[in-house]
Amino acid sequence: MEEPALLTIRGLRIEGRSGDEWHPIVKGMDLTLRRGEVLGLIGESGAGKSTLGLAAMGFARDGCRISGGTIDFDGIDLRSAPESRRRGLRGKRIAYVAQSAAASFNPAHKLIDQYCESPVVHGVMPRDRAEADAVELYRRMRLPNPEEIGFRYPHQVSGGQLQRAMTAMAMACRPDLIIFDEPTTALDVTTQIEVLAAIRDIVRQFGTAAIYITHDLAVVAQMADRIKVLLRGEEVEEAETRGMLAAPREEYTRSLWAVRSFARAERPPATGTPVVSVRDVTAGYGAVDVLTDVSFDIHAGRTVAVVGESGSGKSTTARVITGLLPPRKGEVLFNGKPLPSGFKARSRDELRQCQMIYQMADTALNPKLRLRELIGRPAEMYLGLKGKALETRIRDLLALIELEPGKFIDRLPGELSGGQKQRIGIARALAAEPQLIICDEVTSALDQIVQEGILKLLDRLQVELSLAYMFITHDLATVKAIADEVVVMQHGVVVERGRKAALFADPKEDYTKLLLSSVPEMDPDWLNRLLAERSGSGPQA
Amino acid sequence: MTVLLSVLGGLGLFFLIGSAARAGLHAAAPSRHKPTFRDMPLTASFGLAVILFYVVLACLAPVIAPYGESEVVGAQYLPWAAPHYLGTDKLGRDMLTRLIYGARNTVGIAFATTALAFVVGSVLGIWAALMGGRLDQWLSRFVDALMAIPALIFSLLLLTIFGTSVMTLILVIAAVDATRVYRLARSVAQGIVVMDYIEAARLRGEGMWRLIRREILPNAMAPLAAEFGLRFCFVFLAISALSFLGLGIKPPTADWGSMVRENATLITFGDITPLLPAGAIALLTVAVNFVVDWQLHRASGLKE
Amino acid sequence: MNDIWRMIGQRLLLGVLTLFIISVVIFGATELLPGDLARELLGQSATEETLAAMREQLGLNDPAPLRYWNWLTGVLQGDFGMSMATKKPISELVGVRLGNTLFLAFYAAALAVPVSLLLGVLAALWRNSIFDRASNAMALTAISFPEFFVAYILILWLAQSGLFPSMVRITGATSMGELLYMAFLPALTLTLVVTAHMMRMTRAAIINLLASPYIEMARLKGMSPVRVVLRHAVPNALAPIVNVVALNLAYLITGVVVVEVVFVYPGLGQLMIDAVSNRDIAVVQAIALIFAAAYVLLNLIADVLSTITNPRLMHRR
Repeated sequence: MEEPALLTIRGLRIEGRSGDEWHPIVKGMDLTLRRGEVLGLIGESGAGKSTLGLAAMGFARDGCRISGGTIDFDGIDLRSAPESRRRGLRGKRIAYVAQSAAASFNPAHKLIDQYCESPVVHGVMPRDRAEADAVELYRRMRLPNPEEIGFRYPHQVSGGQLQRAMTAMAMACRPDLIIFDEPTTALDVTTQIEVLAAIRDIVRQFGTAAIYITHDLAVVAQMADRIKVLLRGEEVEEAETRGMLAAPREEYTRSLWAVRSFARAERPPATGTPVVSVRDVTAGYGAVDVLTDVSFDIHAGRTVAVVGESGSGKSTTARVITGLLPPRKGEVLFNGKPLPSGFKARSRDELRQCQMIYQMADTALNPKLRLRELIGRPAEMYLGLKGKALETRIRDLLALIELEPGKFIDRLPGELSGGQKQRIGIARALAAEPQLIICDEVTSALDQIVQEGILKLLDRLQVELSLAYMFITHDLATVKAIADEVVVMQHGVVVERGRKAALFADPKEDYTKLLLSSVPEMDPDWLNRLLAERSGSGPQA
Repeated sequence: MTVLLSVLGGLGLFFLIGSAARAGLHAAAPSRHKPTFRDMPLTASFGLAVILFYVVLACLAPVIAPYGESEVVGAQYLPWAAPHYLGTDKLGRDMLTRLIYGARNTVGIAFATTALAFVVGSVLGIWAALMGGRLDQWLSRFVDALMAIPALIFSLLLLTIFGTSVMTLILVIAAVDATRVYRLARSVAQGIVVMDYIEAARLRGEGMWRLIRREILPNAMAPLAAEFGLRFCFVFLAISALSFLGLGIKPPTADWGSMVRENATLITFGDITPLLPAGAIALLTVAVNFVVDWQLHRASGLKE
Repeated sequence: MNDIWRMIGQRLLLGVLTLFIISVVIFGATELLPGDLARELLGQSATEETLAAMREQLGLNDPAPLRYWNWLTGVLQGDFGMSMATKKPISELVGVRLGNTLFLAFYAAALAVPVSLLLGVLAALWRNSIFDRASNAMALTAISFPEFFVAYILILWLAQSGLFPSMVRITGATSMGELLYMAFLPALTLTLVVTAHMMRMTRAAIINLLASPYIEMARLKGMSPVRVVLRHAVPNALAPIVNVVALNLAYLITGVVVVEVVFVYPGLGQLMIDAVSNRDIAVVQAIALIFAAAYVLLNLIADVLSTITNPRLMHRR
């Protein structure tokens, strides 16, 4: 038997303003949500997911306006209802959980004061009952010290805990509908699991309907009953979760799935002198050691992936290799010879041999320089190319990264897409003709399809130019795709290292196991299975 | 009633000049920049028109002015009538002539001072941001301490010590203002220095000069240009205030600040002549502020 | 809580240090003078004897650090030395006038602060409305006006008709009411100039704040606009607003100089201008130090207040 619809959106149009002009963000969207149902909204950046989610509360951000269609929530027309009516629904019957809990909690008030605000103001329950209720919900969200944690200020609580406290706050009035806007995107994978499990349990316990917005397919597979795929403000398709995972209808949906399948085989172990050899490096800022006794090698034509969660010291390791942070102890060998520890002491040739590609292509490319100079400068500086030879080299490099030279050579970075910018970052590194390229989270700011293009390009270049890659990432899917060897780091220490296939098949250390098992999989039963396994094998999570 | 009329008249003139200037700029601009001028607010086009007018006046002062700069042409305090359309001052010099020359002297000196303060302040500021470490710390602490002395007070102190001549005036105001420019240039540069592209350029082994010239300056230009406008206003007002206090530009040089001072007694008789040079100062400052405000607004709008 | 006290202690120490550096700069500036201070003061025609007497009187024969020490210890006991132009102790000249200047500054602040905060908040709430644009254009215009221009317009408008006096004469017998009446025009002049600055800064601070995600969150919790502003914006706005106010009160201090001259107001600014004209260096140094101290003190208060109102600093982990 079907429940009646709770939320019905028909032909919804939303526009955003840039300058004096309005351009469409959501272009005629339909959506139906029944009581107690969880709908996953998935799409890349700019798909209009968040805008649609907020519209379900009858809300449009500043600079946006709802320009057409109807939004019907349990018989109330949210577009024509007076603002006071909408306000009465928000927080009481429709609640919202934001992406960044740290920014969305008011820093001036205690968590419990912010929790009690909705129930008291909306007249659902008096303050003392709300407080008791808060403690109960904190407990259900498995927050540590539920009696006490509400009396802290937001900055005194960790990110994962804040996200759970925010979910508890959304539950305060037992709403009919909650909008989750990428609630776990900012969290580390091991933390994400706990939050996902807590959110799912509480939504099920209270039979709350939810719209779950994310760009991560594996996450939405765990959370949603149905999935709706969005692309540039339009619906691509909508289906039951299992059905869609098993047999996506549309080409675009299939391409989203396919990204995960790119993985190249591990190359055979390399012999001879490694290009880079990090030996017992201890380093840090001020009196604090961020790295302790870190050691690993990278060979020509091979990729070493350095994996870890935020604060594990992977980027600091890169800074030691590039010479930005001289180590307190230990050394870095390049082709067997020790490198001067600070980059200023290194020769031009030593600098040339080791190049870097950054996570944010936006900040890695000088926005005021044309591609000609951005790519040409290393070639001019290191290889002494000038005039015609330089021009030819720049064009060759552009061709190498699959951008049409005639069209792009005189552009500014601002005139490129995110993926194209990252390609320029690659071209700039290649222009120096290095032996080692350090890739610092190069794909994590990109949409999945673009990521795949970049990974394939890097892989092709590695084969052609016999490059050594150090690949810093927190994303294990990327590791699977491109690594030969894996270095797992936690709190500045190398926990485990080994060949990719062996490490994934049979991790030795507890932390590696935890990390590997925490990566969401497409299988909708994955989270259940994992939780069952973990509760069976002791108090690990 | 007269107040109301003059306010209305002023507003009418403002709209007239503003829209005419906007239409003119839009027509004259190369097609790539046309949208910039089409969307500009009236305040900004008005400001641009006024600035242009002052520049022309300053450049062509000897051609336009009917008399010599300090030429005594008649009795003192003559009323507004031909051939002295704005009357004469207390020494019998033609008011209109002196107003026109004032554009050259007052604005010229203020511009030179601002430029000097800017070169010194921004070079030091960017350098400190780029070097970081101890040098930056010491320099910034020192500038902070200097900035804790109010600008006008510090200028007065320095003028007491070094005496008042145009040269010392320029140097003193420039020195005091350079501290403010330093502070801004440093914070702008600090925002840029942490960018990955600067790190990349450093790791490439680029020298200091190239880092400043190719990597930092092009990205700092927009805020620095806006700051130049604001600084100019401050310097211009400060010099005018000092001249008004009798400590700035000295007679017989025609200067708006001292012209107000010299003829201030007329105010008590209800004569608005002394307000003309003061109004000339105000008008230019308003114009510059309007243009800067527009630029800042545009810059913040583009970021979104 | 201990952290807070330590922090305030640090700020106080830093303030004292800044004042010390300022005193060195103010005193040391005279040392920059090319040539001899005594000759500079007495002119080229002075005889060797009078020059020697002058040097003796100024203590120029002592080494600079010793002179600085004597000057500083004197200042700390309220003794700023002698005025060369009037041959009177500086503390005597400064005493009453300091009170008058402070009165004028407080008078202007009392008018300017509430008005500009209100206008700034309203402009921020109704941003891009006609009210916002008009008040912004007007504020820009007011900022651009030299103080003496504003002052003379007010005189022409309000003093010509005999509504308010254009000159201020203060004697010991002047009552508070009379004082408020007489000082109205100078206070109004200062108010107009400062209000424009303060309003614009308040507006910017509030807009910045309203863009925070936690404000959107409060709206999404169904809170009324009034509650969003009062409960969610204001507690976080205190620190930026306190800074805006302090910055502008500090600006008032310099604005006072020109306004006092226009209205012949017997304050420190007048005294300073006279001293500068007479090159009465000891007086200029004393007044510069007083102004700088007021400036540092204001910033210090703002610093401490914004520390106290910041929950992140108040409630450490």
